[in-house]
Amino acid sequence: MSKIASAFEQGKAFIAFITCGDPDLETTGKAVREAVANGATLIELGIPFSDPTAEGPVIQGASLRALEGGVTTDKIFDFVRELRKDVTVPLVFMTYANVVFSYGTERFLAACEDIGIDGLILPDVPYEEKEDFLPACRKHGVKLISLIAPTSADRIAMIAKEAEGFLYIVSSLGVTGMRSEIKTDLQAIMEVVRQNTDLPCAIGFGISTPEQAKKMASISDGVIVGSAIVKLLEQHGKDAPKYIGEYVHSMTKDL
Amino acid sequence: MTNPNGRFGIHGGQYIPETLMHAVIELEAAYNHYKDDPEFNRELTALFNDYAGRPSRLYYAEKMTKDLGGAKIYLKREDLNHTGAHKINNVLGQALLAKKMGKTRLIAETGAGQHGVATATAAALMGMECVVFMGKEDTIRQALNVYRMRLLGAEVIPVTSGTATLKDAVSEAMREWTSRIDDTHYCLGSVMGPHPFPTIVRDFQAVISKEIKEQMLEKEGKLPDAVLACVGGGSNAIGSFYHFINDKEVALIGCEAAGRGVDTFETAATIATGRLGIFHGMKSYFCQDE
Repeated sequence: MSKIASAFEQGKAFIAFITCGDPDLETTGKAVREAVANGATLIELGIPFSDPTAEGPVIQGASLRALEGGVTTDKIFDFVRELRKDVTVPLVFMTYANVVFSYGTERFLAACEDIGIDGLILPDVPYEEKEDFLPACRKHGVKLISLIAPTSADRIAMIAKEAEGFLYIVSSLGVTGMRSEIKTDLQAIMEVVRQNTDLPCAIGFGISTPEQAKKMASISDGVIVGSAIVKLLEQHGKDAPKYIGEYVHSMTKDL
Repeated sequence: MTNPNGRFGIHGGQYIPETLMHAVIELEAAYNHYKDDPEFNRELTALFNDYAGRPSRLYYAEKMTKDLGGAKIYLKREDLNHTGAHKINNVLGQALLAKKMGKTRLIAETGAGQHGVATATAAALMGMECVVFMGKEDTIRQALNVYRMRLLGAEVIPVTSGTATLKDAVSEAMREWTSRIDDTHYCLGSVMGPHPFPTIVRDFQAVISKEIKEQMLEKEGKLPDAVLACVGGGSNAIGSFYHFINDKEVALIGCEAAGRGVDTFETAATIATGRLGIFHGMKSYFCQDE
C-alpha cells in the first residue's frame, strides 16, 4: 500500500495546502509542523508559479509573495529534505506543468524521490496530457494525482480507472478560494468514481468551515483546504503558524 | 498539420484544468461539424463581405517600392476591415460558431484592444453579452479602445494581477471560463491556447492569404516572392501565410518585436530568444525566467 493510501486508512483525511516560501521557508516549515501536530493527514506543498491559472486571488497572492521573497524550486527541495527529518506524513507537491517541465521532468522527479515527496498535483495537466509526466513519476515512485471536476461527466470513469495515489475531487466550477456554498451534486460524482476505483477520494475547492468539511467528508474520504490556510499567512505573515495550528485543530477535531 | 491531439510537431496540446476539458471537447466537436457545413460557410462569407467589408484591398505601394529600391511591394489592407484590423475575421467566425452552439455570452482577452473591440462588435451584432479582460496597464495606454468596447455594450474588466498586461488578461479570461462555461464561449484572439483554438483561429484568418493569392495572380499573374507579416500572437501571420505554405517558392517571413534588442531582457522576440515551456494551455516557446 502506498504511503498516501495508508494515510487515508486512519479515518477521514484532512489535507492542508501551504504555498512554499510565503512569506519565507522558515515560516512554511513551522506552518507544516503546526498543521501536522493538529491533525493534518497529508500536506500539499505549493511550488509558486507566476501565472497560476487555476487559483483564485488568495493563492495567487501567496504565489506572488513567495516569488518576491526569492523562493526557487531548488530552495524548496532543500527545505523538504530538512522537513523530512521529522515530518513523516505524506507530502505532495502542487504546482503547474511549466515548473516541472522547465526544471526538466526527469530531474524534477528524481529530486522528488530523493527528498521523500509522495505525490504530484498539476492542475493544468488533464488526462490527455499526463503522458508527459507519468513515466517519470512512476520511475521515481511519485503518484501523479488526477483531478475530477463538476464538468467531468462521462470522463469520470476514464480518469478514475487510471488514477493513482488519491483522487482530487474539485467541488465547484471556477478557481480555488473560499465559498459560502457548494452546489455541485458531489454525491452523484462520487458514485461514479466509486464504481471505477478503490482509491481514496478527497474533495477540495471552496472548503473553509468545520461544517463544510464534515459534510464533504461524509460523502468522501477527506477534504483539502487551501485558501483558508493561506489567508492566515496573508493576514499574520511570520506569526501565522500558531493560527494555522488552531485553525487546523478546529477543522479536524470533529471530522 | 495538426494531429488528433492538437499538436503541431511538439507544439500545442491541451494543458488546462480538468474543469475546462469538457468545454474544449465540445468546441472541437462543434467546429468539426460546422467547418464544412455549407450553410455555416454561407453565413460566414456573408458576414465577411457585407459586414466586415471583405475582401480587403491589395494595394501597390508605389512610393515605398521606389524608396526601398528592391522588391515591388504590395500592402494587404487588413486595416480597412470593419473595426480596423484583421481581428474581426476570427471573431466573426467564433461568434457565429458560439451562437450555433447555443452560447449567449462571449468573453475575450485583449492587449492593445483590437481583439476586444472586434469581439464587442461581433457580440453586439449577434445580440450576445460580452466581457473583455484587459490588463490595467493596457486600459490606461489604450483608453480609446476601452471607450469603444464600452460604447458597444461590452463590460471591460481591468486586470490587476501579475504584470497587469496581456498575459494576465488571458489568465483571467481562462479563470472566468472555468467558473462559467454553460452559456459562455471564450473567444480567443491569437493562435495560442489549448487545442482546438490555434486551429480555429488559423482557419478563420486563412481568408487573408486566400485573398492575397487571388489578388496577386490577378495583378501580377504570379505568386509573390515573399510574404512578410508581424508576429505577436501569430493570428495575422498564419492568416497571411496559410495558403502559401505549400508554395515552396514563396518565402514566408515573420517579424517579431526585438524591443530593446534580442540580447536584452526587454524583448518580445519569443521565437528568437524563448525557451520551450507550457503556458496558457499549450507547449510552445516563451520568454521566461527561472
